[in-house]
Amino acid sequence: MKQTVRKPVLAVGPFHPLQEEMEFFQLTIDGEKVTDIDVRLSYNHRGIEKISESLQFDQVPFLISRICGICSASHPLAYVQAVEELAGIKPPERALYVRTIINELERIHSHLLWVGLAGHFIGYDTVFMWAWKYREPVLDLLEEITGNRNNYGNVRVGGCREDVPNETIPKILKELDTIEKKTEMLTKAVLDDPILHARLKGVGVLRREDAIKYAVVGPTARASGIGIDVRRDDPYAAYADLDWKVITQSEGDVFAKAVVRLLETFESIKMVRQALNKLPNGPVAVEVKEIPPGEAVGRAEAPRGETFHYVRSDGGNRPIRHKVRAPSYVNVPSFKASCIGQEIADVTITLAAVDPCYSCTERVAVVDGCGNIVRDSDVLLQLSREKTARLQKEIGAPELKLED
Amino acid sequence: MQELDKRLSEIKDKLIEIERKSDKRIYLLCEAENAYAVNKFLFEDVGCRFVIATGIDSDDCFEVLYHYSNDETGCVITIKAFIRDRQGPAIESITPFLPAAEWIEREIHDMLGIDFKNHPNLRRLILADDWPAGVYPLRKEVKK
Repeated sequence: MKQTVRKPVLAVGPFHPLQEEMEFFQLTIDGEKVTDIDVRLSYNHRGIEKISESLQFDQVPFLISRICGICSASHPLAYVQAVEELAGIKPPERALYVRTIINELERIHSHLLWVGLAGHFIGYDTVFMWAWKYREPVLDLLEEITGNRNNYGNVRVGGCREDVPNETIPKILKELDTIEKKTEMLTKAVLDDPILHARLKGVGVLRREDAIKYAVVGPTARASGIGIDVRRDDPYAAYADLDWKVITQSEGDVFAKAVVRLLETFESIKMVRQALNKLPNGPVAVEVKEIPPGEAVGRAEAPRGETFHYVRSDGGNRPIRHKVRAPSYVNVPSFKASCIGQEIADVTITLAAVDPCYSCTERVAVVDGCGNIVRDSDVLLQLSREKTARLQKEIGAPELKLED
Repeated sequence: MQELDKRLSEIKDKLIEIERKSDKRIYLLCEAENAYAVNKFLFEDVGCRFVIATGIDSDDCFEVLYHYSNDETGCVITIKAFIRDRQGPAIESITPFLPAAEWIEREIHDMLGIDFKNHPNLRRLILADDWPAGVYPLRKEVKK
């Protein structure tokens, strides 16, 4: 009798420990090696583009700031810039600076969040705890400026809703110094750690040519040697007035992505500081009357890469079409290039390395060819952590030291 | 900038019109049957980065907008392809040479019922398995 050989399949999801939304990754494995990956998503499609067509131009930012809690500054900003381009509205100078400050604070807290989670997935819970502790004051600053830790609801067509009061500037600057010191410590600890080098270098490599084919953006592209950044290439808000640089690495592995994010955090701190020092006086919004018929695109560099919005108007008070492209939409399919050929133990961190939105909902299962669950989420994370522990033993490096 | 304009004029015979809204926003209008060639030209010859595509149910036709970014100049170039056949809307898939377009073509297929010919994997992406066939949420006849 002829036997059909079934390839073992490893199912990650639909409730995935690394994603905010439900996603389903089906990994075909050969021993410990991944040979194919298939992605299924949209378990929780919210129809935001369709809802947007039923809201007034003014109301849309509140809807789309809820696309993602972490990127709740960059989505509305990209949309608002599209509408402003469509209607030829010029927001006041101060509003541009306020937008920059909020978006860079968002990047700082998002990158610190990623460093923490990445540490967690490879069994470095010390990094996880400290990175998240260092992130807290950033959220406090955002709360002080906008009233909310997330979902700031601050940007509007024609400017901003809330100003950064001049009297809070010294406090923010002081807080930034502390955040910078902590991030320095964290960066040094991560970059000097021999185990992290052994654990993350050469893992989940996204080669430059694959990065181009999959059109990835943000730190995922910049870690593969593609120096693109909307803030520099198509400057918006106040970025053109600030002195900063685009961080790139050429290796394309998880370590390179970590380096890019950590170093970008310093650039962001630098930018917020400059923007606060240069903050022009004046109003933060102009009056907006009608939005004429037409179409326009707006884009902003979110922590995970370029966020892209397309808006079309027929002259009424609502968009007749509003298209949203979040950076993960192009970054996630690149797993096809970065995961194949990897060990199972490296999959968690490779998937996490593009920084897709995270979730606390944690359920991963490894399924054999007949659909039986042979490994669950704990085992998969365990594998990742065991590999780190093994390397730790082999290298015999001292424990990471971070402090308050 | 002039360099880019010169490059774009090379494909002029495939276009209805080049609409220049500003230095950083260029729209290339074309019929559906020329979209494949224009896309291939922008991606492979000019070296633009594919951003996303937008499907639109316009009054008398469907439009597929392919957005590209020319990162050297910071210019967004949008190919606007018109699909005149409202009964069986179809357009050539660009996924065979541009894997980044795989998801969005599947999404537009789900949401607007546009067939992407020669797409390697035109399964549902957005809609649930039990969503009724032939109901396309982003078409105008579907109530908000």
